[in-house]
Amino acid sequence: MASNTSQVAETASAGMPQLDFSSFGNQIFWLVVTLVVIYVILTRLALPRIADVLAERRESISNDIAAAEDLKLKAVEAEEAYNKALSDARIEASNIVASAKADMKAELISAIANADVEIAEKVAEGEKIIQEIRANALESVEDVAKSTASALILALGGKGDPKSVEKAVASEMKG
Amino acid sequence: MASEVNSEGTGLEFHPMDQFIVKPLFGDGPVLWYTVTNVTLWMGLSVVAVVLLLVIGTSRRAIVPSRSQSIGELAYGFVYKMVEDVAGKDAVGYFPYIMTLFMFIVCANFLGLVPMSFTTTSHIAVTAVMAMGVFLSVTLIGFFKHGFSFLSLFWISSAPLPLRPVLALIEIISYFVRPVSHSIRLAGNMMAGHAVIKVFAAFAGIAVIAPLSVLAITAIYALEILVSFIQAYVFAILTCVYLKDALHPHH
Repeated sequence: MASNTSQVAETASAGMPQLDFSSFGNQIFWLVVTLVVIYVILTRLALPRIADVLAERRESISNDIAAAEDLKLKAVEAEEAYNKALSDARIEASNIVASAKADMKAELISAIANADVEIAEKVAEGEKIIQEIRANALESVEDVAKSTASALILALGGKGDPKSVEKAVASEMKG
Repeated sequence: MASEVNSEGTGLEFHPMDQFIVKPLFGDGPVLWYTVTNVTLWMGLSVVAVVLLLVIGTSRRAIVPSRSQSIGELAYGFVYKMVEDVAGKDAVGYFPYIMTLFMFIVCANFLGLVPMSFTTTSHIAVTAVMAMGVFLSVTLIGFFKHGFSFLSLFWISSAPLPLRPVLALIEIISYFVRPVSHSIRLAGNMMAGHAVIKVFAAFAGIAVIAPLSVLAITAIYALEILVSFIQAYVFAILTCVYLKDALHPHH
């Protein structure tokens, strides 16, 4: 490398290539070309594109944030609606329970009343039957008493007129 | 140290400045103003780097950016914000010029870190043209926007009256020193770092010092990566500061 460039290096002043004025024109020319090329590329292509992308991103971010805000509002609304529905349902349920209770009570009362009536009927019927039975029993007692009396008269060797026996028994029983 | 290297006669070449020599790319002819030289090659490569980063990298125009697109957008946002914050909102129209300068310097600096490469920004001719361009255009913008009242930049009305002429002299001198410091800062930083790396590389030829030398090269290389970015940033931000003075000369 050194041998290759020694010729050039000799022309450089005191080993500082930076102070070799013979290369200045070349450097300045290429620098100006480079800067102009970079400037044209930046202003025509790179900078507008990046500015666009950044603006687009900012816009989409703000849009997304707005959408998120909307969704949040909707969620809050939905929660409120849900809570309202829940409390409504609770009230309705307690109403239903109360009315069912009232219905059942009324039914119960009427059933009890019916049952009372039925029981009273049954009791009356029973009493009637008992009455009948009692009446029957009295008749039977009379029969038994007449037949027993005539049997006793026969057994004692008496001669009983059945009609007089019957009269006697009847009077006895009345007495 | 250098004499020791030479006395050992190991054939070490100790030419840290050779990397900065401008030479024709084809043949051995003289360097005329239109000759295609290594300057042309490495400036062309920096154009390629800019195109790759800002044009090819963003060609997909994705809402969710890829890695290369992110870097391109980062560079755009970085320079745009710098122009807006430092030079003011009305300076945004000059953003493409500052972006051009910044992208060229940053790409040329980083390409200069490629081994065996040529660092175009290490040449005072290159940085001086850019600095003079900034100086002249900023001065013209100042006079064009404010006319003669642009000179109030040098007349510090908040200072006591007797002091003002003195301050004006100082301000004028500092104003005209701007392009010098602006250009030498960049070229000097780039040249120094590369020359130091080259010096350490020459020492690597001695077996005893080699490990230390390689370590030092690594460390300085890392520093140079930082310097490459920082110097491009400094050049761009100073351009913004000068632009701000031109747009708002009244203190």
